[in-house]
Amino acid sequence: MNTIALHHTLPLVFASRTDVGGDIWNTDVQLQKGHLYLVEASSGTGKSSLCSYVIGYRHDYRGTISFDGRDARSLKVADWVELRMRHISHLFQELRLFPELTAFENVQIKNKLTGFKSKKQIISWFEELEIADKANTRVQYMSFGQQQRVAMIRALVQPFDFILADEPVSHLDDRNADIMGKILMEEVRRQGAGVLITSIGKHIQLDYEKTFRL
Amino acid sequence: MTLVWKLLRKHVSVPQLAGFFLANLAGMLIVLLSLQFYLDVRPIFTGQDGVIGDDYLIVSKRLGALSSSASSVFSEQEVSDLRSQPFAKSVGAFTASQYKVACSIGMEGMKSFGTEMYFEAVPDQFVDADLRQWTFDPADGCVPIILPRSYLAIYNFGFAQSRSLPKLTEGVVSMAELLVVLRGDGQEGHIRGKIVGFSSRLNTILVPQSFMEWSNSVFAPKSDTSPTRLIMQVSNPTDDAIAKYMQRKGYNIDDDKLEAGKTMYFLKVLAALVMAVGLLISALSFYILTLSIYLLVQKNTSKLENLLLIGYSPARVCLPYQLLTVGVNLAVLLLAIVVLCLVRNYYLQLIWAMFPAIPSGLLWPSLALGALLFLLVSVLNVLAVRHRVLNIWKHKS
Repeated sequence: MNTIALHHTLPLVFASRTDVGGDIWNTDVQLQKGHLYLVEASSGTGKSSLCSYVIGYRHDYRGTISFDGRDARSLKVADWVELRMRHISHLFQELRLFPELTAFENVQIKNKLTGFKSKKQIISWFEELEIADKANTRVQYMSFGQQQRVAMIRALVQPFDFILADEPVSHLDDRNADIMGKILMEEVRRQGAGVLITSIGKHIQLDYEKTFRL
Repeated sequence: MTLVWKLLRKHVSVPQLAGFFLANLAGMLIVLLSLQFYLDVRPIFTGQDGVIGDDYLIVSKRLGALSSSASSVFSEQEVSDLRSQPFAKSVGAFTASQYKVACSIGMEGMKSFGTEMYFEAVPDQFVDADLRQWTFDPADGCVPIILPRSYLAIYNFGFAQSRSLPKLTEGVVSMAELLVVLRGDGQEGHIRGKIVGFSSRLNTILVPQSFMEWSNSVFAPKSDTSPTRLIMQVSNPTDDAIAKYMQRKGYNIDDDKLEAGKTMYFLKVLAALVMAVGLLISALSFYILTLSIYLLVQKNTSKLENLLLIGYSPARVCLPYQLLTVGVNLAVLLLAIVVLCLVRNYYLQLIWAMFPAIPSGLLWPSLALGALLFLLVSVLNVLAVRHRVLNIWKHKS
């Protein structure tokens, strides 16, 4: 997949509002594979909604979203499964980890599905992100910042053309945010993928090619 | 899969599954047992002797104290009138031997004994025996014979019992050879007789129609062979119209047949009733399992949703629960078959003690029915799980 295109897309909850501005809603936007995008906005402006629409979790919008020209609304269940498994990775704002599994198992449950990364590679990421000692701890006993790092690793153990990271460093210190940015960009370059990061202020310092404001 | 199962097994309720297991086992067992019992007991009423099929009636004229022999004979017109009745599927005539028959039986170690007797024949279509054995060739000189089962009972329980003689099974009697002497029209013929079967419904000594025609033509060429008894195939022996017609015409129906027919009818009704109860229990147990699964899926909704969002397909997410339900159903089926076999062995002993010569019914119809129930319940379970997971996909739950 090379292009994600939004054509006059608008969340239905905003439909009655007249003050919807910004660079994303109700206009034409194209996200290209291999490029870096930042969506910056205050909360409640629809950043997470945007991610949910692209990943096919929600469909409560007006206008169209298309992948390489194919309307997202025409995708079948199997198409969405394929898209989530091979084309678009998503680091959820609410993480969506499994509290009763350990940090390592949370990554493995996805890696077993894709068979994409070696155990060695996953462990080295745990080490780089300084949570290796927590690998066998249940996620429910970890801080949100630690959980964010686990969720990031889980988002990387799959092939993708785009990766959506919804406020990935909201609970991280700058040093860890930098490490996360480095790991993310290494993998993105390896795969030649596009990146869309959302932020309400604090964000990973990267060479964004375009910043959208909502 | 193991990680997914580790996640999804949470909230699996063992008491609910056990409840379903027991209820479904009870339902399945009742259904299978009622069918099997019906199949095993049916031969006692039908005789299953291969002489005649299920719903056949023997019709004769009612005899008064001073009836002449002519008045007991059915005319051709009367036969065709009976044949035209809506309840009669087909009508055949008994042909009696018009000559003298003497028969003696001898076996090794036993003194032979003989008796005067007679033969009767019905058209081959009314004989459900192996028709390869049910033929006669004058050149061969051997005639197949079917005896009433009551003859054997009279010997075994009356005669042999009081004289401390060995009891005879049908198999042993079938091995004996009869010497038959036919006399009439100034001629005498000797032939061998072979007992090929026993009938508990047909109270006559039955020979093939072809033999009867041959022997009557040889030993009683001038006799009238008009029938005194008719055999009638009916679709429903308890039909009111039959009794009314017989009453009006002054015909008799062999009471035993009607009684056996009624008993069979009630056996069928009873078996169907019990089976319906079993099916009801099965349906209710299926309902329990469905509710249990719905509850389970409901409690695990967020996990299932997260699995779907990280790229698991609905089919993969469904699989653990589907395997669980199919596994439980399979266990129910296997256990039901084991218990069925145990119970069956027990009651077959009881039946055989009373009716030693009764063949047991087939087992495979019950197994097939069990497999069918298993498939039906499993398919419904699999679809129910899939339906719930797809609802999560669509955020309907």
